[in-house]
Amino acid sequence: MTLVGWLQVLALFVVVLICVNPLGKFMSRLFSGERTFLTPVFGPVEKFVYSMCRIDPEAEMPWYTYLFAVLAFSFVGFAYLYILLRTQQWLPWNPQKFGPMAPDLAWNTAISFMTNTNWQFYSGENSLSYLTQMAGLAWHNFVSAAIGVSVAVAFVRGLANRNIRTLGNFWVDLTRSCLYVLLPISVLGTLLLVWQGVPQNFHAYQTVTSVEGFKQQITGGPMASQEVIKELGTNGGGFVGANSASPNENPTPFSDLFELWLLLVIAASLTNTFGRMVKDQRQGWALFTAMSIMFFIGLIVCYPQEASGNPLIHQLGVLGGNMEGKEVRFGVAASSLWAVATTATSCGAVNAMHDSFTALGGLVPMVNMQLGEIIFGGVGSGLYGKLVFVIVTVFVAGLMVGRTPEYLGKKIERKEVQLAILYIIVTPAVVLIPAAIAVLIPAGLATLGNSGPHGFSEILYAFSSANANNGSAFGGLGPNLFYNVSIGIGMLAGRYLEIIPLLALAGVLAHKRAVAESAGTFTTYSPIFVTLLIATIFIIGALVFVPADALGPVAEHLNILQGKVY
Amino acid sequence: MFVSQRRLERRPRSRSLFDREIITRALVDSFKKLDPRWQYKNPVMFVCEVGALVTLIFFARDLGGRGPAGFDFAISIWLWFTVLFANFAEAVAEGRGKAQADYLRRSKTETTARRVVNGQAETVPSSSLRKGDFVIIETGELIPGDGDIVEGAAMVDESAITGESAPVVREAGGDRSAVTGGTRVISDRIKVLITANPGQTFLDRMISLVEGAKRQKTPNEIALSILLAGLTIIFLIAVATLGPFSMYAGTVQSITVLIALLVCLIPTTIGGLLSAIGIAGMDRVMQRNLLAMSGRAVEAAGDVDTLLLDKTGTITLGNRQAVAFIAAPGVAPLDVVRAAALSSLPDETPEGRSIVALAKQQGAGEQEPTNATFIPFSAYTRMSGVDLPDGAKIRKGAPDAVVAWVREQGGTLADALSQDVERIARSGGTPLLLATNAGVLAVIQLKDILKPNMHERFDRLRAMGIRTVMITGDNPLTAAAIAKEAGVDDFLAEATPETKMELIRREQSSGRLVAMTGDGTNDAPALAQADVGVAMNSGTQAAKEAANMVDLDSDPTKLIEVVEIGKQLLMTRGALTTFSIANDVAKYFAILPAMFATAYPAMSVLNVMHLTTPQSAILSAVIFNALIIIALVPLALRGVRYKPRGANVVLRENVLIYGVGGIIIPFIGIKLIDMILATLHLT
Repeated sequence: MTLVGWLQVLALFVVVLICVNPLGKFMSRLFSGERTFLTPVFGPVEKFVYSMCRIDPEAEMPWYTYLFAVLAFSFVGFAYLYILLRTQQWLPWNPQKFGPMAPDLAWNTAISFMTNTNWQFYSGENSLSYLTQMAGLAWHNFVSAAIGVSVAVAFVRGLANRNIRTLGNFWVDLTRSCLYVLLPISVLGTLLLVWQGVPQNFHAYQTVTSVEGFKQQITGGPMASQEVIKELGTNGGGFVGANSASPNENPTPFSDLFELWLLLVIAASLTNTFGRMVKDQRQGWALFTAMSIMFFIGLIVCYPQEASGNPLIHQLGVLGGNMEGKEVRFGVAASSLWAVATTATSCGAVNAMHDSFTALGGLVPMVNMQLGEIIFGGVGSGLYGKLVFVIVTVFVAGLMVGRTPEYLGKKIERKEVQLAILYIIVTPAVVLIPAAIAVLIPAGLATLGNSGPHGFSEILYAFSSANANNGSAFGGLGPNLFYNVSIGIGMLAGRYLEIIPLLALAGVLAHKRAVAESAGTFTTYSPIFVTLLIATIFIIGALVFVPADALGPVAEHLNILQGKVY
Repeated sequence: MFVSQRRLERRPRSRSLFDREIITRALVDSFKKLDPRWQYKNPVMFVCEVGALVTLIFFARDLGGRGPAGFDFAISIWLWFTVLFANFAEAVAEGRGKAQADYLRRSKTETTARRVVNGQAETVPSSSLRKGDFVIIETGELIPGDGDIVEGAAMVDESAITGESAPVVREAGGDRSAVTGGTRVISDRIKVLITANPGQTFLDRMISLVEGAKRQKTPNEIALSILLAGLTIIFLIAVATLGPFSMYAGTVQSITVLIALLVCLIPTTIGGLLSAIGIAGMDRVMQRNLLAMSGRAVEAAGDVDTLLLDKTGTITLGNRQAVAFIAAPGVAPLDVVRAAALSSLPDETPEGRSIVALAKQQGAGEQEPTNATFIPFSAYTRMSGVDLPDGAKIRKGAPDAVVAWVREQGGTLADALSQDVERIARSGGTPLLLATNAGVLAVIQLKDILKPNMHERFDRLRAMGIRTVMITGDNPLTAAAIAKEAGVDDFLAEATPETKMELIRREQSSGRLVAMTGDGTNDAPALAQADVGVAMNSGTQAAKEAANMVDLDSDPTKLIEVVEIGKQLLMTRGALTTFSIANDVAKYFAILPAMFATAYPAMSVLNVMHLTTPQSAILSAVIFNALIIIALVPLALRGVRYKPRGANVVLRENVLIYGVGGIIIPFIGIKLIDMILATLHLT
């Protein structure tokens, strides 16, 4: 570890922290229907969209209508992308003349982008036309992030509303998320990345002769525009297979820092939006603090592991940190930071290969995802996932102080606990059950890149990533029919099986009247509560994965210490 | 006609939880409760019982030499113990209630009753009485059913119900008219209107309540059960998938080991003790001689934000004393004394009697006026007095009410007295105005006597975040002075049933839970509206029916204890849940290295407790898991230590004790058990 390494971490944290308040305030005003400084610019566009789509922006939706709108919109988006992937050979903007994607892979890819996962069993530069990239994938990069924000905002309204059955209007939330938040930052960010050297063109790939005299093909395309929303929307699907490790997607130290900032900023700021919408900013800062602490816990484990490297390789006389699978341009610190950040959010973009991390260094991204993308989490999904854990924590803590537990004045009773626990069961079920099937059938073992505990880690990582809608991979695992289908199911379940009980929970909460606060009510922004929240997340969220993780990264680590490899 | 001369046994009020008789019965019941139809209601323990059964089957199979039969047997036995210990906890909790119910059933002997039909008394079995019947009861007879006295007054021995041996006065009219079936009249004769059909009497309800026959899970208990069931499912997934994962790692886990891990991970500690905690909480209420109509009411008591307390009897002693008469200018002191005595002679309230006593002391005569009509006090007029045959009317009562009355009668007002009224009120006394229809005569100064230690109790309530509101018919000045002296947070002066009701509604609409006590019929609507309503046993049937708790001692301050019991109940559940979940960390460290000792020998590094062998490690964890239930039974039944403090302080302390403690204790416990097993060569 180096001082410079930690300074990079600190720099990132500070630039994110600075934005939490202003961006949080902006989004709070936006989703409360108040005027913002962008209203003069986008207000007319917004009105035009509503009149074109015949949306009544004043119509409030109860939770089931909101849910139906989310599901219907997602399904149509899925069908659209699937058709695009299967027919790109007949469509324009395909200078490399790529053919159609195979049906099972297209299914996997369409789900992947619809669910904000961006799991990629393909390499974009070898299989997707520019049209598919821009009109298909980028479209989903925007709207899947906007859906996350919308659902989170609807859930916050459930906590803030009193005696009302409605949660807002999905179409309005969706439109505003895209128009006022994602688009402006993307446009400015694209310009910034183009300045840093990221390509933005429609040319065919260029073949050049390198200094050594070899012929090399240089990938081009509308990369910068895709790059920004890839991080900003915590999507993570790279234009090229190497993702942000490629010099075209991520050319400079500045672009590296900027992209990290992009993938954290909305999720972090939404805590502030939440605090403002429930009219107690301390509640938002408490969540931000819990998220930050968990982020640093991951980093404190991961970075030293990577920095100290693999003892078996040290014995061969190669000293220093673990540089396998890392860009020399970035080194250990920036790669560890990126790995933690991309899995603390549900982004999944990478600037190094997680498969090549040390055993425990690789354990951190895995655990981050298994917690259910809640450290900062995906845009929107991080906030609502965190709030579900808050509700469970409040329930147990509330009993301990001798009062029917309440959060923000809403009593946490039978229905709330029922729906919260339904939400929480999804993650272990969707990760562990398919992983167990995978190790039992030949198809599950056929495409493993490694044997022994590391091979198991690859399987476990894949399903953890799918459920968390993360999309990063232990690259060793190759695609086949089984994984295309099962990971597709995992991504779907990880997204929608959680949104269903979540919106139901929002509906139940919205309808409750608020109870008065007294000295008998414990505060949900005190250090002790934040500590308890983190402990609950680790105990309920992570304990269930301990046996599985023990057989993967932990066994690998302990074996390496004893000099045993597979 | 005497039905039974057998003297009623006094109901025993308290008994040790670990009484020999109760323990013996509980031991038998713990086996009866193994019935899967019973266990099914508790998902956590049901999983545990299924696990015990499956391991037993594997033991039988392995006896043929196919596997480690001894190990299977040890695990199975301890899993059965886990279930039995949980059953035992519940049975002990029920024990005291069952013993009480047995006793009450004995006092529910079949008697005869004298029913009045068309003015004629006829003897019928008490079981044939129906609502609306009138019965006559005389000295020495048992009261055949619940009812209200419509004629007469009597001394009644209620010890069979309340356990209190001193007889109490019950009389027609007013707020002490209710009698309970199964109690005995020890003097005088009363006529009673029966208000409950057989099978629905107070005694019947009491039996089923203390026995817990119709015990329903309370809302919080249900919510917690759901959380525990959810955790059970989560760990079921973790353990079930561990089988295939182990096969990938090249080692096959026996079903026995997987079940052992599962039972250790699911929250058996809280799952096994959950119903015992609830029953014991109800039992603690019963020990205070309070009858809660449902567990929901006790639980709600823990959530109460606002406590409405009647001033009289709760904050002050019931008897206010008259200490001075202050005559209006130009009125002779003797006239005042005489009028005061006249107005109060038939007035049996403590205040009335104290006025008569003071008047006599100051020279009033003894003679009662003939043909005078006594006007009793009512909450609406807030006055009492007499109408004399010569047309003169005398009234005493709340100053504003009396002033209004005098004005209405065309009498003269005495403005000079208003200063005295104010002075008395400000000092916490109660000023009454005494007047005739001709005009105001004097101010009577009544003094309230505060109950001892009330200030401390209110401070405690405040620390818990509960606001106290004193309810009084006094004028605002008096009320303010007493409220200040007693240390309550707020007061409602010049209260009428309507203003009381309005206060409750207002508190509830701003999201607060309200508790109150009451005894009179006009309290009934407010008792029903309040979230927690405690009726005095001495009160009317209407009040008792509207309330969700009945205090057999008729002690209004007990409400405060109910709140504490309610809080303690929830805290005990929360604390044991936290403890139970925190235990899992140590169990992982015991079991996981043991399971993978052959596949990944390197994992022995994680055997931080240095447990002797893989088998002893797993067995120690299972034994610890069973023993911790029995070790926590006293805590579950008595409740966690409770001190009235702010929520944040309580949270911090309980997290430290039950959360951090819950992580550390099993490490020590499992290590100790392993050492014992090793010493005994059982590994």
